[in-house]
Amino acid sequence: MRQVYSILVNNHAGVLSHVAGLFTRRGYNIESIAAGPTEDTTITRIVIVAIGEENELDQIAKQLRKLYDVREVEQISYNQAVTRELVLATIKAPITKRSEIIQLANAFGAQVINMTDDTVTLEASGNDHKVRTLLKAFEGYGISQMARTGMISLPYDGMPEDWEPIA
Amino acid sequence: MAVATKAKSQTAKQPTKLKPQKISGAEIVYRSLEREGVKYVFGHPGAILLTVLDLFLKRSKIKHLLIRHEQCAAHMAEGYARASGEVGVCLTTSGPGATNLITGITDAYMDSIPIVCFTGQVATSMVGNDAFQEADIVGMTRTITKHNYLVKSTDDLAETIQEAFYIARTGRPGPVLVDLPKDVLLGDGDYQLPEKVDLRGYKPTTKGHPRQIQRVAEAIEKSKQPLLYVGGGAIHAEAHPEIVKLAETAEIPVTYTLLGAGAFPSAHELSLGMLGMHGTAYANYATMECDLLIAVGARFDDRVTGKVSEFATRAKIIHIDIDPTAIGKNKTADIPVVGDARQVLVEVNKLIKPQERPLWKKRIQNLRTEYPLTFDSPEGAPIKPQEAIVALSEEVGDKAIITTEVGQHQMWAAQFYNFTFPRQFISSGGLGTMGFGFPAAIGVALARPDKLAIDIAGDGSFQMVMQEIATAVQYDIPVKVFLLNNATLGMVRQWQDLFMDRRFSEVDFESSPDYVKLAEAFGASGRRIVDKDDIRPAIQEMINTPGPFILDVIVDPDELVFPMVPAGGATKDMIVRDSRKKILQGKLSALPDN
Ligand SMILES: Cc1ncc(C[n+]2csc(CCOP(=O)(O)OP(=O)(O)O)c2C)c(N)n1
Ligand SMILES: [Mg+2]
Repeated sequence: MRQVYSILVNNHAGVLSHVAGLFTRRGYNIESIAAGPTEDTTITRIVIVAIGEENELDQIAKQLRKLYDVREVEQISYNQAVTRELVLATIKAPITKRSEIIQLANAFGAQVINMTDDTVTLEASGNDHKVRTLLKAFEGYGISQMARTGMISLPYDGMPEDWEPIA
Repeated sequence: MAVATKAKSQTAKQPTKLKPQKISGAEIVYRSLEREGVKYVFGHPGAILLTVLDLFLKRSKIKHLLIRHEQCAAHMAEGYARASGEVGVCLTTSGPGATNLITGITDAYMDSIPIVCFTGQVATSMVGNDAFQEADIVGMTRTITKHNYLVKSTDDLAETIQEAFYIARTGRPGPVLVDLPKDVLLGDGDYQLPEKVDLRGYKPTTKGHPRQIQRVAEAIEKSKQPLLYVGGGAIHAEAHPEIVKLAETAEIPVTYTLLGAGAFPSAHELSLGMLGMHGTAYANYATMECDLLIAVGARFDDRVTGKVSEFATRAKIIHIDIDPTAIGKNKTADIPVVGDARQVLVEVNKLIKPQERPLWKKRIQNLRTEYPLTFDSPEGAPIKPQEAIVALSEEVGDKAIITTEVGQHQMWAAQFYNFTFPRQFISSGGLGTMGFGFPAAIGVALARPDKLAIDIAGDGSFQMVMQEIATAVQYDIPVKVFLLNNATLGMVRQWQDLFMDRRFSEVDFESSPDYVKLAEAFGASGRRIVDKDDIRPAIQEMINTPGPFILDVIVDPDELVFPMVPAGGATKDMIVRDSRKKILQGKLSALPDN
């Protein structure tokens, strides 16, 4: 099972390593991690995607809440929140394949940000599903380099009180 | 993530009536300790600490003790905290002074003991440069402290120290480390404090949820065969009177963990003694038969449960703990209650009606008579460690607070000493640190001068920390070492005996010190005994001789601790008694040959 944690922490030195260290120490796997400032300068948001058994994932949240610099931990399910990830990928693109690749990129709403004789570099963003499908689509051409930001996430505002997420 | 430079000041509350006044960092440390009610500081100096040390010379409110090894300073702080319930404090220098604390801090973390460790650090401008005696102690202790701080400005110092003590003693207690760079101690800063510590993001739940408390009371009423399982958390929370009340009102037998010993009188008719790997057979069998297990401040540690999937399988589980992460970590709880053990039980007790459970009581009684906790002591055989402990218990009883080292002697002490009050048994449970008991006993002696501090020690463990006799002598601290000397690392030898076909590799001491001469060399006293008849007179001599004393009791190295649930095994796999066919010959290799 994968779980997205949105963690608000005090913006103190060493907090990121403390949070990441907790995952290592307890033997949980981090799939991605992204951190950055929030609207309040004293608070940082860390978004972590982790893999584990269901009871393990709840245990992580409890352990995180115990860290003194951690203010809030939300376990986010996909339909409760916007989640986005940014991907930069360099695709092997010989002249003969180039227009096909660009067409495919357009279909995904990806931008071409660099081009050489035999490569095309794309910028794309989307939710987990879109990023995966996109990467799958380009896999056949050969991805020579890739960088991903890891997931960031914000809960949807204005959800009705009685709204229940579809599991 | 952005590096915050003035983190503390950002969270500071509005200034109180106190007029801001600039004083030196060292002065702030001293005043803060005074304010927290600290009586003793266990420390070892270094150049970085000069300004702080100087204040101990000029003032007398707080006594600084010069400890011979920093690890022991941490254990003494632990011993002090475990015996008094107050925060223990140590102070060491940077680099090696700080790293030497690590075992002690880990020990405190594993057993949830409130201590605050202050370490010197190189000047902030040098931090990160591999400066002389620099160690990243904050990085190193991140996973073994409840929280830790590198103080970056003298202005932050007072508030940081206040928070450190608050975090150490509240919620599930634990160690906190405060790293003090040289310039922070030398510089001047504000001594300014909020009236009340209010930490965003840190609010331990102490009151149990009323609905859950209701469910606990209902489950107890419905249960036919309930069992209370009491851990160290019950002692931290001072929950013992409520446990006795609950047990007696609803007629519930009680078993305790190593750290829970003392939370319920060992000799109470409802007491089953300790459970777990070396628990009593009847306590362990009771866990298999009970239909309701009420865990209070215990964490289903593997030394307690054995194979956890086969632990207490017939029972509904109630789990009362102040730490939400302890609940459901190892064993799923049917009725979880997050809260302070005492506060929760006070509420539960309001709902409990008197109940009688004659059948269950009878069953427990039968288990007790069928599988008693015993040992053999043949005429003419060497002293059995168990009989030495029984004698000690009978001679000193509730006049003493017992600490232990780690090994066979520790298990026998937990099994055979008759504990009557909480904080009477002080032992390293979670980490199992050899060398814990002697320094801890020094801390105990300071915390409880009305009691006798006795370390029931193993010879292997004692050799790790015996330099602290010097500390005990220097400050005239009357600690007693009841040394169960089998001239071997008995507990490891036991595993080799049972699981390695008696191939004893690297456990026997072919050379041991003469412990009586050792005591004398340090200016303490000692006596060695070999005969059973000498046990009681020697104990009397030990308690009547002023000052530190080592009683070297030469015991049978072939004695094994039973019952035993083999590691990873289920409770039903418990070996109840010594069934070794071989006739074992006791050897007295512990005697020095002078
Ligand atoms: C610091 C440390 N090192 C090693 C161990 C592993 N260990 C556990 S018990 C034990 C033997 C302890 O010997 P002793 O203190 O003589 O006690 P005995 O078992 O003989 O009573 C050892 C080596 C430990 N618990 N702690
Ligand atoms: Mg030994």
